[in-house]
Amino acid sequence: MRKLVAALLLLSAWAIAENPRTLAIRNAKIVTVSGPVIGKGTVVVRNGLIEAVGENASIPDGAWVIDGEGMTVYPGLIDSMSTVGIPSLAPATPPAGRGGRGQTTTTPAPTPAPAATPATTAAPVTRAMGPEDRPATTSWVLAADEIDPSDRRIDSLRSAGFTTTVTFPARGIFGGQGSIIDLASVGHAGEMVVAPAVGQYLAVSRGGGIAGGFGAGFPNALMGYIAYIRQIYLDAGHYKLLKEAYAQSPRGMERPPYDRALEGVLDSKRILLPANRLVEMDRMLRFAAELQQPAILYGMREAYRPEAAPLLKKYGSPVLVSMHWTEAPRDPDPEAYRTMRSLENVDQGPAAPGLLQKAGIPFALYTDGLDQPKELQRAVKKAIDSGLARQDAIRALTLSPAEIYGVADRLGSIEAGKIANLVVTKGDLFDDHTQIQMIFVDGKQYKPAPEPPAGGGRGGAEEPGESQ
Amino acid sequence: MRKSWIVTLAALAPVYAQNIVIQNATIMTVTKGTLEGSLVIKDGKIAEVGEKVMMPLNATVIDAGGQYIIPGIIDCHSHIAVDGSVNEGSVAVSSMVNIKDVINPEDIAIYRALAGGVTAANILHGSANPIGGQTIVLKMRWGRDAQGMIFEGALPGIKFALGENPKRPGNPPGGRGATQTVPARYPATRMGVEDTIREALNQAKAYKAEWDDYAAKVARGEHPLPPRKDLKLEPLKEVLEGKRYVHAHCYREDEILMLLRVADDYGFKIRTLQHVLEGYKVAQEIAASGTGASTFSDWWAFKIEAYDAIPYNAALMQKKGIVVSLNSDDDELIRHLNTEAAKAMKYGGVSETDALAMVTINPAKQLGIDSRVGSIEAGKDADLVIYDKYPLSDYAKVLKVLIDGRVYFDRNNDVNGRPAKALEKQKLLDKEKQSQPKPTGGRGPVQ
Repeated sequence: MRKLVAALLLLSAWAIAENPRTLAIRNAKIVTVSGPVIGKGTVVVRNGLIEAVGENASIPDGAWVIDGEGMTVYPGLIDSMSTVGIPSLAPATPPAGRGGRGQTTTTPAPTPAPAATPATTAAPVTRAMGPEDRPATTSWVLAADEIDPSDRRIDSLRSAGFTTTVTFPARGIFGGQGSIIDLASVGHAGEMVVAPAVGQYLAVSRGGGIAGGFGAGFPNALMGYIAYIRQIYLDAGHYKLLKEAYAQSPRGMERPPYDRALEGVLDSKRILLPANRLVEMDRMLRFAAELQQPAILYGMREAYRPEAAPLLKKYGSPVLVSMHWTEAPRDPDPEAYRTMRSLENVDQGPAAPGLLQKAGIPFALYTDGLDQPKELQRAVKKAIDSGLARQDAIRALTLSPAEIYGVADRLGSIEAGKIANLVVTKGDLFDDHTQIQMIFVDGKQYKPAPEPPAGGGRGGAEEPGESQ
Repeated sequence: MRKSWIVTLAALAPVYAQNIVIQNATIMTVTKGTLEGSLVIKDGKIAEVGEKVMMPLNATVIDAGGQYIIPGIIDCHSHIAVDGSVNEGSVAVSSMVNIKDVINPEDIAIYRALAGGVTAANILHGSANPIGGQTIVLKMRWGRDAQGMIFEGALPGIKFALGENPKRPGNPPGGRGATQTVPARYPATRMGVEDTIREALNQAKAYKAEWDDYAAKVARGEHPLPPRKDLKLEPLKEVLEGKRYVHAHCYREDEILMLLRVADDYGFKIRTLQHVLEGYKVAQEIAASGTGASTFSDWWAFKIEAYDAIPYNAALMQKKGIVVSLNSDDDELIRHLNTEAAKAMKYGGVSETDALAMVTINPAKQLGIDSRVGSIEAGKDADLVIYDKYPLSDYAKVLKVLIDGRVYFDRNNDVNGRPAKALEKQKLLDKEKQSQPKPTGGRGPVQ
């Protein structure tokens, strides 16, 4: 294990040493995403940015020239909801596809860790007696402040063509704000941050509890979570009112106490709400409207249902679709009753992206705990096989998430002036035999990590206890 | 293609609510006697009931020869259609939570209740807290979304609970000396339950005073900053203002009297006592307070406080002038509340009409929706159940259920549709089986 890590470190060190500040990939097919595909052209990168792209883009003197003959250049992929970069939030068990995490159709994803995981943000573990105790709220946290460049998932995800994640401090109920992170291997985490605060992560459990389960305090039922969130927003509104009044004329007015939980809520420009079932989509869309918060829904396991698209259209909220498709239970109890819905979720779940595309719903795909290049490729392929056009699949992993988070001016496509996040492949990106040749993050070149031996796992993520 | 047509038609149905005539039936109106005749439905409402009726133009005619029509059954105590736990049990006062937020319109229990003739139900929070969550009345409009299920205009309620359930978290397993991972929750005694309720109401009173003061200042033309809105105290303020019904879970006579006194002290009324198995002992006091009672027909002894019960409870309370309903509190029992009503005839000699009233007009009165539902009268919602036989019998089957004049359950359609549904399911099961990876390894079949 250690040897492998050391080898990877050496490899990345070598990769960095190789990186000149100016480079050009010529004679390559270029999938710009924002414009038409260029059959044979050149991409010029300087100082981490795309300087030029086109059939006849001129190559500057002294540039490192890569011959892209037979290769395709794509924008780097974006994981629109992730915990990559915060190692303590890595799934404790290996993701599906290897008999790890069981499939459910109702649990929100990603599975949040208990509220008290990191020492720096842990709330004191006392019994919460109501919303006023602000249990499981760390709304002021920014993922950007917790990024650890040594998270082994960075290399793994990057090897699958992902150059960017929208990483959330996904714990508790108000987990904190997500940050857009470039998956570069750099010494200083701050250099990885593209945008530090893009939205508040909210988890809503069906019961049993993020806050610690029955007996550990408020809330523990789904309706408790909803009441809790509602109270926080009422409090935030009231807090803002008092603060403004005080700022206007502090004389003679009692000073409103500072509340970091409410500050974090007020600082968030959008919220992310979980919704897998149709009923949950309806509930969360109404809830976001009631709270008057721009929202992004995540999960979407039942988005294939015919009622879903019109509902989403009505509210206009973008959605993030989990690529962790519902799977049939492995070695199921033959006596166990399967509902029609659970069978449909398995059968039709991967058709959701194609249907959302047809209906014109803005959506992006997210990895939902998958981090192995092969399984990610298979997951996207499944959506393509179920009706999502290939170019739309690419868009759902590049420009669409950039648009959803309001950073399409710097990420998501191959355009002059944008960040030079690129994936260079031999073959079409999601084909079985396609090989990713190189990955560029902020203009720096990385080679994909060597493939794990068949049947085994890469690294040690499968070994018990390793990821904690 | 055909499927999408059906969807379209179903979507248009409420817009073009048909006129329906049900004829040749025995109509048990509950409030206006029983008659042989016909019933006219226009725009979702009952337009006319009588031995002879005016046949409207373009009416769909349902011939119910030999069949019985009763008003849609109303269950005053149910926990169906709830997503997640029905108890926010973490706190002694959980009035901030609301069943309205967690309606699950796809809970199959709704369809099953509908198939048992239930057209409306009071969906309650559980009984883990002296003061529980907010409640809501739903119509069993199977196929509609959560908002479409809500009985529009019905006053919302709140759950109170007395006795063993709310005090149990104060007495965790292993006893009070045992090592607990979490501290026990107050209260642990019946005295504590009363104290908890009074304390919450005191807070609500102070809260109400704060808002009243604010409103007075605004009315005077001042510009004060509003007080903090507290989701826990808002519904209790509404209780004090008579804008929200209290449905109180209780068993023992002493705690029933306790609660009536508490309500008196704070100047509001308990709308219904739920379960109220010892209600027969204090029926006079309950009647005097104008409180309704919603009980089980013959279910008891499931815990110590539920031992001193008799099947005559409903009849005895009714004879003292209490509005009595019979409820299910259960996903299965809700499917045959008609026979629960029949039991009141056997135990206590309640008349057929009065027995039926216990699952129709009486719960409607208790929920404040009796101007809309609960009996078959011109002007009321066409929420109706058609039985093949005399409905106060074990042998009666529900044939059709209408809500707002629309057929939401049709036994024939259900039964005839089963083979096609089973086939569709089998196809998916087979498909799933085929896509499962084949087991690897050289071992032969397991012996």
